[in-house]
Amino acid sequence: MSQDTIEAPLGATAERQAVLATSGEAPGKDWVIVTRGIKREYDMGGEIVRALRGVDLAIQRNEYVAIMGPSGSGKSTLMNVIGCLDTPTEGEYWLNGSRVSSMSDDELARVRNKEIGFVFQTFNLLPRATALHNVELPLVYAGVGSVERKRRAREALSRVQLDGRMDHRPNELSGGQRQRVAIARALVNNPSILLADEPTGNLDSTTSQEIMRVFESLADQGQTVIMVTHEPDIARHARRVVVLRDGLIASDERRSAFVEKLGVTV
Amino acid sequence: MPFLDAVRLALQQIWVQKLKSFFTLLGVMIGVTFLIAVVSIVGGMSRYMTEQLVGKIMAVNSFELRHRPNINMGDHDDNYWRELRRRPRIKESDIEPVASALPDGVLWAAVGNDNLAASSRYVSKPKGVTAFTVTDDYFTIKRMAPVSGRLFSPQEFERGMPVIVIGQDVADYFFPALDPVGRELTIRGIPYQIVGLMEKQGSAFGFSFDKFIIAPHKSAINRYVNAHGVIDAIMIQTPSREGLLSTQETVRQVMRARHGLRPSQKDDFSLETSDSALEFWNKIKSYLVIAGVALPAIGLVVGAIVIMNIMLVAVAERTREIGIRKSLGARRRDIMSQFLVESATLSTVGAALGVATGFAFAKLIAAVTPLPAAVELWSVFLGVGIGAGVGIIAGAYPASRASRLDPITALRAE
Repeated sequence: MSQDTIEAPLGATAERQAVLATSGEAPGKDWVIVTRGIKREYDMGGEIVRALRGVDLAIQRNEYVAIMGPSGSGKSTLMNVIGCLDTPTEGEYWLNGSRVSSMSDDELARVRNKEIGFVFQTFNLLPRATALHNVELPLVYAGVGSVERKRRAREALSRVQLDGRMDHRPNELSGGQRQRVAIARALVNNPSILLADEPTGNLDSTTSQEIMRVFESLADQGQTVIMVTHEPDIARHARRVVVLRDGLIASDERRSAFVEKLGVTV
Repeated sequence: MPFLDAVRLALQQIWVQKLKSFFTLLGVMIGVTFLIAVVSIVGGMSRYMTEQLVGKIMAVNSFELRHRPNINMGDHDDNYWRELRRRPRIKESDIEPVASALPDGVLWAAVGNDNLAASSRYVSKPKGVTAFTVTDDYFTIKRMAPVSGRLFSPQEFERGMPVIVIGQDVADYFFPALDPVGRELTIRGIPYQIVGLMEKQGSAFGFSFDKFIIAPHKSAINRYVNAHGVIDAIMIQTPSREGLLSTQETVRQVMRARHGLRPSQKDDFSLETSDSALEFWNKIKSYLVIAGVALPAIGLVVGAIVIMNIMLVAVAERTREIGIRKSLGARRRDIMSQFLVESATLSTVGAALGVATGFAFAKLIAAVTPLPAAVELWSVFLGVGIGAGVGIIAGAYPASRASRLDPITALRAE
């Protein structure tokens, strides 16, 4: 643990302690995500690109966090690491008390399946499958039987008010409806975190507000939500905003302070 | 992912791209078509040779003592034919020593046959028939029974009465729309009374086995069938297959002694069994089977390469789908099995179509040519099994490539 990563501004002292406590041992039960000195370097044709340069982040259960930053700040890389799609070059990552940074491919797949629900900017639905089948997919890989799968997928779709659209394919749905299918799919396996990457990037402002309301109500119900965005308008819906710059955390603030700084009234 | 889900997914994929899938599985389909067609035709010919051709000529568990083989299949050199021509004939005087050497329960019959012209008062034109002269046990050995009338009585055999039994073709030609039993057939100016009409024997390769008349060995007709004091064959039948070899050996020793052969000399007569008659056919059959497997194999290799290419294209086209599936928790082996099942299903569907067209092809050949075709159940399983195998082999590389894709890169793919 180098000195300069400690100097990266952290929020509450509890979070700082959670990060510091993780030298090889599991953090407390309340912490869904704890990263300690996460570095990620890419070899781009001989040139080493340092996307993350030592990120310490601790997120508690039931938090609603936005990760912001200009392009190239490393927010997408952080999101991939948190989502277990990518493994850090250096550092430790604890998800729900398990050390993810040392897991094998198959274990990572299992974590993606059970612990993480992805919502992408481009929705990433299977174009030839119906809404219902798209939502069923995580359950297929979880080994859930066909009858139970359909029941849970229907339930998840009705949670996002898509009862009447289950047998429609993505191209028969509006952008907002597609994103709601994606949210239903992300939630169907009851993940620890809902991980959204620019969830409103392809939507108009009205639809964006509609999706934000869905996120808000999920957060109210106790779902941990982490959202990567570059739009302050969207980020202000979150209750905590982490700003990345040049692969390091530049600021980590509670909503009230952040909103004040932007001068936006809620 | 559960196997049935994977198969259903693969079938959907095939259904969505019907034309492309059809061309993909054409190679496997053609390969299996040929395999099934060749196996069916070879199988059909084989059954024909054993049951129809040789089975009709030779009785079960029997052999024939002849001066030279009746059925000559295969290529023989001039020396072989020269040696055959030098052989002495089997004589009437051989019958008694051979018959008395046979163990109890073994049946025997002296047989002679030749083509003779016959005529009846109901048809103006005479016609050739195959005339047999036989001794008492012939009908028992050949398991021939009359459909109307009767066989010869012991007295008729003993005295050589002018009586005959006839085959269906003879009845149809000489006695159109008449009951032949009790009527007369004239051969070389001598009328013979028909006492029985035999059941239908069938045909092989368009060659009818029903153009015969049979008379007692001692009847007048024998002098036209056999030269004086000579017979064509002694037919010997053992009660079971076990006694066949030892009985053959007994007869061989009797004949060698009668012909005064030294131990160094080869037999100058032949003991012909249905097996020895089929020997050459079995040799041809093994070549045909090898060709029948080797030629489709080329088609299957081509089919496998096509499937491998199509699967590689499919993996490239569906990179994003693979990324999505991985982000949702699909493990390497899930992606691997998805593509393996897909290529195996594709190729099994091709093989199944190939089995169907192969049978259609075999039936078509059987319908337009005298070649018979028999559906062999094992070839269906072989064909479908080969199809699945080809699919798995062809799909292995593309599937492993798909499974090793990096989820982030795959998700960014267009």
